Amino acid sequence: MATAANLPPAIAEESALGAEKVDSARGRRGPRSNREGRARLSVPLTVLMWVIAAIYALPLLWFLLSSFKPGSELFSYPLSMIPREWTFQGFVDAWERVDFAQYFLNTATVAIVTTVLTVFFSACTGYALAKYNNKGTRLFFVCILATTMLPTEVILNPTFTVIRDLGLYNSLAGIIVPSVLTATGVFMFRQFFLTVPDDLLHSARIDGASELAIFFRIMLPLSRPILFTLAIFSFQWRWNDYIWPLIVLNDPKWYTLQVALRSIVGAENIDWPVLLGASVISILPLVLVFFVFQKYVLNADVSAGLKD
Amino acid sequence: MANPTMSTTVAPRAPEPGAVRSKSQQKRRNRYVIAPLVLIGVNVVLFLVFFVWPGALGLLYSFTDYRGVGKLNFIGLANFQKLFADGTFYAALGRTFVYTVLSVPLIYVCSLGVAALLVSKAVRGRTAAKIVIFLPWLISPIVVGVIWKWMFGQDFGFVNFLITSAGGSAVPWSSNGNLALTVVIFASAWGGTAFNMLLFIAALKNIPEALLEAAELDGANAWQRFLNVTLPGIAPTSFMVILLSTIHAMKEFAMIQALTNGGPGTENTLIVQYIYKTGFEQSKVGYASAASMVLMVVLLAIALIQLRFNRKKA
Repeated sequence: MATAANLPPAIAEESALGAEKVDSARGRRGPRSNREGRARLSVPLTVLMWVIAAIYALPLLWFLLSSFKPGSELFSYPLSMIPREWTFQGFVDAWERVDFAQYFLNTATVAIVTTVLTVFFSACTGYALAKYNNKGTRLFFVCILATTMLPTEVILNPTFTVIRDLGLYNSLAGIIVPSVLTATGVFMFRQFFLTVPDDLLHSARIDGASELAIFFRIMLPLSRPILFTLAIFSFQWRWNDYIWPLIVLNDPKWYTLQVALRSIVGAENIDWPVLLGASVISILPLVLVFFVFQKYVLNADVSAGLKD
Repeated sequence: MANPTMSTTVAPRAPEPGAVRSKSQQKRRNRYVIAPLVLIGVNVVLFLVFFVWPGALGLLYSFTDYRGVGKLNFIGLANFQKLFADGTFYAALGRTFVYTVLSVPLIYVCSLGVAALLVSKAVRGRTAAKIVIFLPWLISPIVVGVIWKWMFGQDFGFVNFLITSAGGSAVPWSSNGNLALTVVIFASAWGGTAFNMLLFIAALKNIPEALLEAAELDGANAWQRFLNVTLPGIAPTSFMVILLSTIHAMKEFAMIQALTNGGPGTENTLIVQYIYKTGFEQSKVGYASAASMVLMVVLLAIALIQLRFNRKKA
């Protein structure tokens, strides 16, 4: 510890930490596993896996392919999986007739702004809860835990009153501000910072770094993987959120995609070609984000944040 | 944050972290209180404004006949008395329980089964399969509702087309209450598998191979190994998945809004939808708040029971 007075050890520690995590994630798999048994089981298990995958893919595939069918073909028997005639008319109609560009922009604004804020404040809070153990932080930890038991769905009307009294009704800020605090985000960061050795903190203090400088210059950069994981989670939550926009927004010009989609599907006579086109458009950005950043989702130890 | 105590708290000669702590100057203690306060400040405010305030307001409303405007008029426990005699409230609550009891085990089995296959080295193409099964996570509850409504349409749906093509007769997926709920349960399992699967994969990978090998040497077959080594090993994750899925199912709202809108009729109206309808569409704010309080108590009870159950097992 006496030599841990400057930053290089921190970097060494970071890499050690990373290596450790990879180790524990992979588990210790000895080379002596039963190869023979595995080979015998390989075919049936692989087939089973892919049958299940096909079952999961089927609804999505049917939905995607249907969105390329012209309206007349959607309801003409016999149905065919592959469109007989490919068309983009549903997408065009959705984009033009339903003011979709505006909803798209609203949703993107909400999702991006909230995500940035959520990630930042979750990191701050998670760090404080992990590294400062005093009455205040312990109490706030319990408070955050309580929010998971008291979801917005349970307090719809009073939440509406609060939003209205704060003057946030019918504005995008009314969706953004209340969504910034998420228990999962705070727990993810808290769990991560608990694994960061305290020595790092102590040596930075010895070097004379202020508490906030330690957080911003050492701890926050360390937490990059969690940062990305939470960013994707948060983007997905906000992009797909329905209940907040539903209670906060009244004017259609502020509608988000989910509220707009609900108004199409809730109509007396559902305009299926438009609905299918609009739904497909609404999931595209998320699919794009997912394929770019998938390793942060699929390889993340997501249990870290939720296990508490 | 400017830190005026900075220069005095620097202790360049302190050799041990323990020694640093034992010095415990008053000023340093201050900065250990102020810094975390600055860090959690925004979230504390958000917590107070968007949880404590509406929570307290909801409790207050539940004792009034508030209708969204005007002054609060306290009517004591009248809302609760009316609520406990209200058939539609019981119907909604009962339907929510049925939905939860059926959908949570299905989600559990699906996600654990898929996760077990995905960590098994015998399976080929695991990464691709994982992505395919994970895709529904990207899809919003509203669109999940749209997709399943489209699959299970009574007159033009894919499933009924297959059934009639195979010689069967069309199944009334949307006009029969129980069948409609079945579709909702399938849809929830389809949408809920992905995330829980990730949790299970992480847990399964953490089970020490040595334990499984030892069991194998002792003559345990695959099923016995799964039952006696794997399941106890992932118990904390199982607990968490069940708790989260239960709470999620109890407050299911968006997907139902898109899929059946509580139909046929009001047969499959779940509790949050009931609260929304009474609170917003009929603006019986006080009454809806009373129903909300009941839901909150139910959620708390579920959490406490499961927590106790988990402690006992551990």
